[in-house]
Amino acid sequence: MTEVRGAVHVEGEVVATKRIGAFRHLTLTAPGVPERFRAGTFVAVTVADHVARRALWVHRVRASSAYGPTLDVVVEARGSGTQWLTAQPVGARIAITGPLGRPFALPKEPVACLLVGEGYAAAPLFPLAERLRERGCQVSLVVSAPDEAHLLSALEARRSARSVTVLTADGSVGVRGRVTDALDDLVARSDADIVYAAGPTPVLAAAASAAERSGAWSQVAVEAPTPCGTGLCHGCPLPVVGEDGVDRVVRACTEGPVVRGDRVRWDALPDALGQAR
Amino acid sequence: MSAQLPGPVMVAAGCGGTGRELEAYAGPAGLVGLDLVTRSITLDARAGGAGPRIAEVPGGLVNAVGLPNPGLDHFLATELPWLVRAGVRVLVSIAGATMGEYADLARRLSSAPGVAGLEVNVGAPDDVGTGLFEVREPFHAASVVAAVRREFPTDRPVLAKLRPDVSRIVEGARSCHEAGATAVVVGNAVPAAFPDGRSGGLSGPAVAPIALRCVAEVHRALPGVPVIGCGGVRDLRSANAYLDAGAVAVQVGTALLHDPTTVSRLRADLAPTDRLMEDA
Ligand SMILES: Cc1cc2nc3c(=O)[nH]c(=O)nc-3n(C[C@H](O)[C@H](O)[C@H](O)COP(=O)(O)OP(=O)(O)OC[C@H]3O[C@@H](n4cnc5c(N)ncnc54)[C@H](O)[C@@H]3O)c2cc1C
Ligand SMILES: Cc1cc2nc3c(=O)[nH]c(=O)nc-3n(C[C@H](O)[C@H](O)[C@H](O)COP(=O)(O)O)c2cc1C
Ligand code: FES
Repeated sequence: MTEVRGAVHVEGEVVATKRIGAFRHLTLTAPGVPERFRAGTFVAVTVADHVARRALWVHRVRASSAYGPTLDVVVEARGSGTQWLTAQPVGARIAITGPLGRPFALPKEPVACLLVGEGYAAAPLFPLAERLRERGCQVSLVVSAPDEAHLLSALEARRSARSVTVLTADGSVGVRGRVTDALDDLVARSDADIVYAAGPTPVLAAAASAAERSGAWSQVAVEAPTPCGTGLCHGCPLPVVGEDGVDRVVRACTEGPVVRGDRVRWDALPDALGQAR
Repeated sequence: MSAQLPGPVMVAAGCGGTGRELEAYAGPAGLVGLDLVTRSITLDARAGGAGPRIAEVPGGLVNAVGLPNPGLDHFLATELPWLVRAGVRVLVSIAGATMGEYADLARRLSSAPGVAGLEVNVGAPDDVGTGLFEVREPFHAASVVAAVRREFPTDRPVLAKLRPDVSRIVEGARSCHEAGATAVVVGNAVPAAFPDGRSGGLSGPAVAPIALRCVAEVHRALPGVPVIGCGGVRDLRSANAYLDAGAVAVQVGTALLHDPTTVSRLRADLAPTDRLMEDA
């Protein structure tokens, strides 16, 4: 697809919906969004009778289908908005803004990359793996989850990844264990020059510190509550250290969601996200 | 005084990012001629509050963003020139901890190229503007407006933004207008609480009836004072409710967070020519 920059605000349509485990995979049209997509960017969607928008990772884009260009999102129903989204039938219309935020930075050289994702948040790693493979990078993909139902299937990624590792906390599929405990080992085994991570904060923090310990770069995809997603409200504080070494609070939706792991002030992050430590 | 009033549609303070983020949603005309009130700018940079800064409630949002902004110097060096180049009519919202700070801000902004006017934030919901000059009494708000007016050229507007508190609004509007405010913005986030009890300000459709009542009261009591309505404007109908109640313009805040194209659509719907034709 030819690359176009910037975001658009459009009315999209659900063209397919499929339940897989605890997730609902939605395929949407959103004129202009797939064409502009880069791995790691997200879309903000409008949920009926709600003022705040809901942010969703883009799992895949197709340049052409029977419906024209489409994008796939993976939704886990938790609160009111995600419940509404997972209940939308084929033909439902949804206001979509995107793609938003900064994507994963890609290496110029064909280096070794470790991609680590937990739960639905592993979604943006799949298009990333494809881009990296196109650049000749050696991709090792790790997908993890508490259990099989919350695991994003890595079947399709086997084409772009040299190795795929599956970890579940309860051992229902793949290796039993937590990705946070396994990271040092995974970084060493993949001989990674870059670690890409997407998932809950502890996974991102562990990936950033494992990368730092082994002298690798890291890129983490942060999920901060994003009331607007478009940079307008300043409601998504992300504490970072600037290039100049000065502490700053930036907007996760605009300066992120993907940032360098060594730039995040991990100790200040729970407060910024409003999470209990 | 012959300061030209902005409008009829403006971006409300703190709901347009740095202004730049709106460009993607502005349509082919871009940001040219857009009346944008910046987020409140303070002399020194402010990081803003801890999270969650915004909670969703039925009909709106509760926010305690904490006025994050890069401080005046950085704003003047980076954000303002970009906005001016893009053709935006920039109204700088200012907030200070002391009367002296308001005067300083006004003086320095008076000589910054491209500043179309000022909006004095004297209506932050209680507690939320922690560290701001205490302006709960209309007399205090008026003193701030007077201090700002002294430092800012009279051919450019100074707007006083008041809290939509119906028991004080007429008095507040009168004092601020007498102190030199070109117009009063009636409406702001309404003092409220997050679901966990923390203090914040409520905005969005839920506050529209409150601000509308305040606009109507001010217009009835002070027909000579230009009023700008703010609170829950999201479409032509909600905008017209304010204009019909006597407002000369409306500001759009929360609706932009819900749909970033709201202001460009309203600008097209309320293009001045249409209203002139209506009047004729
Ligand atoms: C960049 C990004 C990408 C995301 N991608 C996905 C995805 O691909 N699939 C998916 O299922 N979810 C994703 N999320 C999380 C999803 O947006 C939230 O879980 C969702 O907003 C919660 O909404 P709700 O209506 O279900 O819950 P509610 O409890 O109704 O939400 C109430 C409010 O809190 C906010 N909120 C609550 N939890 C979160 C959270 N974890 N992250 C952000 N905001 C939250 C909501 O936006 C809303 O404003 C993503 C979040 C971000 C920031
Ligand atoms: C996220 C957010 C940030 C805001 N920041 C400011 C600000 O910096 N200065 C100010 O005067 N008002 C601020 N406001 C208030 C709005 O400008 C507006 O007056 C209020 O939200 C009511 O209008 P609305 O219902 O259209 O949002 C903010 C509101 C929100 C929701
Ligand atoms: S979510 Fe509104 S600025 Fe980031």
